[in-house]
Amino acid sequence: MRKEFKHEPLFHISKRMDISTAQKWIIRLSAGILAVLVCSLIATIFTHNFGGFFKSMGSGTFGTAIRRWNLLEKLAILLCIALALTPAFKMRFWNIGAEGQTLIGCLVSAICMFYIRGSIANPLLLLISFVGSVGAGMLWGFIPAFFKAKWNTNETLFTLMMNYVAMYLVTFFISFAVRSGSGVLGYQPFGHLPLLQIPGLAPTGQKFLLTVILVAVLVVLMYVYLRFSKHGYEISVVGESVNTARYIGINVRKVIIRTMLLSGAICGFAGWLLVTGARFTVNKDLVGGDGFTAILVAWLAHFNPLGMLLTAFLVVFLKQGASQLVTDFKIGKDYFGDVITGIFFFFIIGCEFFINYRINFKKRTVKAAASSDTENPSEGADEPSAEAPTLPEAEAASEEAVAANREVE
Amino acid sequence: MDKPIAIELKHITKTFGAKVVANKDVTMDLRKGEILSILGENGSGKTTLMNMLAGIYYPDEGKIFVNGEEATIKNPKDAFRYKIGMIHQHFKLVDVFTAADNVILGEKMPEYSVRKEYSRLQKKYSEQFREIRSQEKDYIEKGGKRFSKEHDDLIRKEARIVTRAAIHMGSLGWIKLWKHAKFNHLSRYRVQTLQKIVDTYGFELDLSKKIYEMSVSEKQTVEIIKVLYRGADVLILDEPTAVLTPQEIKKLFDVLRKMRENGKSIVIITHKLNEVMEISDRVAVLRKGEHIATVLTSETNEKQLTEMMVGKKVDLNIDRKDPVDPKPRLFISHMTVLNKDGRRAVDDVSFTINGGEILGIAGISGNGQKELLEGIAGLQKVQNGEVIFHNPKKDKPVTFYHKSLKKIKAMAEEGFFHYPNGEKVDLKGKKKKEIVRLVNEEQILFYEDEIINLKHKSPREIQQLGIKLSFVPEDRLNMGLVGNMSIVDNMALRSYRKGRSIFVNKKKPKSLADKVIQELEVVTPSDMTPVRRLSGGNVQKVLVGREISSSPKVLMAAYPVRGLDINSSYLIYNLLNRQKEKNVAVVFVGEDLDVLLALSDRILVLSGGKVAGIVDARSVTKEEVGLMMTKKQEETEKEETENA
Repeated sequence: MRKEFKHEPLFHISKRMDISTAQKWIIRLSAGILAVLVCSLIATIFTHNFGGFFKSMGSGTFGTAIRRWNLLEKLAILLCIALALTPAFKMRFWNIGAEGQTLIGCLVSAICMFYIRGSIANPLLLLISFVGSVGAGMLWGFIPAFFKAKWNTNETLFTLMMNYVAMYLVTFFISFAVRSGSGVLGYQPFGHLPLLQIPGLAPTGQKFLLTVILVAVLVVLMYVYLRFSKHGYEISVVGESVNTARYIGINVRKVIIRTMLLSGAICGFAGWLLVTGARFTVNKDLVGGDGFTAILVAWLAHFNPLGMLLTAFLVVFLKQGASQLVTDFKIGKDYFGDVITGIFFFFIIGCEFFINYRINFKKRTVKAAASSDTENPSEGADEPSAEAPTLPEAEAASEEAVAANREVE
Repeated sequence: MDKPIAIELKHITKTFGAKVVANKDVTMDLRKGEILSILGENGSGKTTLMNMLAGIYYPDEGKIFVNGEEATIKNPKDAFRYKIGMIHQHFKLVDVFTAADNVILGEKMPEYSVRKEYSRLQKKYSEQFREIRSQEKDYIEKGGKRFSKEHDDLIRKEARIVTRAAIHMGSLGWIKLWKHAKFNHLSRYRVQTLQKIVDTYGFELDLSKKIYEMSVSEKQTVEIIKVLYRGADVLILDEPTAVLTPQEIKKLFDVLRKMRENGKSIVIITHKLNEVMEISDRVAVLRKGEHIATVLTSETNEKQLTEMMVGKKVDLNIDRKDPVDPKPRLFISHMTVLNKDGRRAVDDVSFTINGGEILGIAGISGNGQKELLEGIAGLQKVQNGEVIFHNPKKDKPVTFYHKSLKKIKAMAEEGFFHYPNGEKVDLKGKKKKEIVRLVNEEQILFYEDEIINLKHKSPREIQQLGIKLSFVPEDRLNMGLVGNMSIVDNMALRSYRKGRSIFVNKKKPKSLADKVIQELEVVTPSDMTPVRRLSGGNVQKVLVGREISSSPKVLMAAYPVRGLDINSSYLIYNLLNRQKEKNVAVVFVGEDLDVLLALSDRILVLSGGKVAGIVDARSVTKEEVGLMMTKKQEETEKEETENA
């Protein structure tokens, strides 16, 4: 009988209370390196060329000037949408409707370009389309926020549904505007963002440069807004604890609506940038899932606008590189690119677990435990939760996983 | 002393993570047929130690001996095998089941194995068959006629057995299914056993009552019976008295004594000294995870125990001064507040809160205390009645803090103000600039106290009037503080709106944070540490410190010492007393009646959301308050049933 349950559990998982920034980055970096290794090994199975993986990944993003500018533009749009999501997410308002909010911005820009055409000066047209797209994005953000604030509806479902409304509005507009029935709205010649000329970097004018600059400014603004402003402070309080917010007299409804207006407005802005700066047309897949990818970008950076620079770059780099890999080695279809991206995110997201939790293996020697310091014996001693992962964290992790899955699919 | 040892703990150490040592090298024993108290402050590792006996944690080091034999307790099941049962602070009961169902929940019916049953039946029927066969043989051998009536009967009997066997054995699967489907199969058979337990130990419990209809003490009884039913010889009770009234505590102790007579060993985890002295045979004192000593209760006293528990001498007196000139500050009349389900959590409550006085609010938790305070603070909608606030403004200057220029003008017209020389203020024809100057120089004074109805005011307006709320420790991170924010940021919660700048000014909150940390002895690595990392007492100090810093006129504290160690508790009591001396109206919701009686000037007893009585804390006894806490409830229940 005694032998039956003699051995103690092999390991147990406990929450890390304190982890230094350096440790965090070591874990993340090693996860990244591991991911690259696994990806390259899997790629080698198909390509029989170990070095080719790295070469393709690199050339896909940095190979030519056009690719470099493409990278920057994609980065800027993705980052812009992620920035839009950040205040909402910080408020624990799960806005997964960035896709729709951006698309409706695109639509309004395209409508302006299509109907006004050259009848007024280009800057004026740009201004009109800007106001229109931002306003439309705000409306798309306001509606779910209003219902949430007033009747506490579920914002996740609501914002998701609004995506489809936006999509079908685009389809409707195209079928209405394009008489030929082809269902494709052609290139719109008016209302483009101006080309910027910079000697040395872009001597003949670069169409993406203005976009990049605008988004870079936005990053800084958002960082300051969230970090230092009173609004940002209120957003954090509402996100952390609605009860405390009410307790100190914050008008929670007002904050929710205000924040979602901001979130929608930036999404609309992203849509405007996308149409007037790069695509000059609209179709229902124009945003191409960036509204969802942005969720991943924002989460991975822990809602730090500066951190998002890195995560957004990672996402775009992987996408571009993987598609180049597929072209270079003619491996089946696009799926392989998705596999690479999926593996990468599996490691990147998975390493967050090791940042939040520690795995304690069975102690072999008595000495190790005896030397553990007695600095703070009282803290958490009575709480069983010290051992078990807390729910919100687990949820957060799963949410990231969901975002990643979407990416993979 | 000669009683045999039931459980022995040897050199038990348990750590959480690398830094938190919950138990360090604890060696102690529990004898058969004794009541052992485990005494220690919050966070001293009492519960963790006992959880290791109950199989919830596994010790990092050390050994446990049960009845002299080494035991490995990896999970609660193992604990039951060693006949150890623990009653936790939070009950784990299914609300919609009866007491009996809850007790037998999880018990399995004897396994019904088709194969075993098959072979058993085969044996049974073949025996029967053989018997008849041999009878038949005998009959023939004795010269009986074939095809005679007797022979026919025997043959028929044989055939009947064969048929019966075929039907029976063929339907075994169905029988198994039926046994599974037979709902409540167990409780019907077990009620008698349970009733016997109830009778032996003198519990007062109706086994067929549903859990949701039960009071806290009844639920606790169910938990105890559950453990007893599973045959535990060692019962561990984790702070069993925390949720009970004095009368219920007495009953519980009677039951525990009976159990002791029956040879059970009982461990009570507690930090209440009077209970320790009353019930236990021996006391084991833990401090910061270490076992300080185990002493015989008869050979010690409360003072000595406190010293062992805290590690230094503690003055356990609350210095209650008589209130100086108490004046009504808040009138509450016929106030009704609904809870989330739309039930009346506070039901037609009327009372007065005086400045310079501590009003204690007693009651079993969940009887409307929280809603009452939230109603006053504007956090819950007041359905009915009035909350009228007397702002003590007599001969004090008016400010722009919560009055606009327009309002001041209008009030002056109605004759509310006078100048320092006693002359009536007339603002007619005065320019805006001049009025602003007068107000800022504090030249315009109130004649009388301001009377304000708080009913339709927002929480923010109410707080600006100086009505502050400091909340329950277990809720403190849910209401009042933000766990993930630093102490400085939490201090800014009150003041961040000030100023026109769009950015939050962190200078003042920082100096306030440093002041609170220093004055209230908050233990923290720095003022930028997230509040959730602090221990309970320190979190409470941060909250109370912030609320007091804004010089409130009414301070409401709900369970401010829940989960705090003795030192911190007395620090909070002293803070409240100091506020009272500053003529603040203090409302103190407490659960420890001893403290309520020692600290408050008057005590309001809530029961079922109604006022069961308002009594003078200096003359009332604990038992009287305890009776009021429960009696009213029963009366109203009776009325309800009569009405129905």
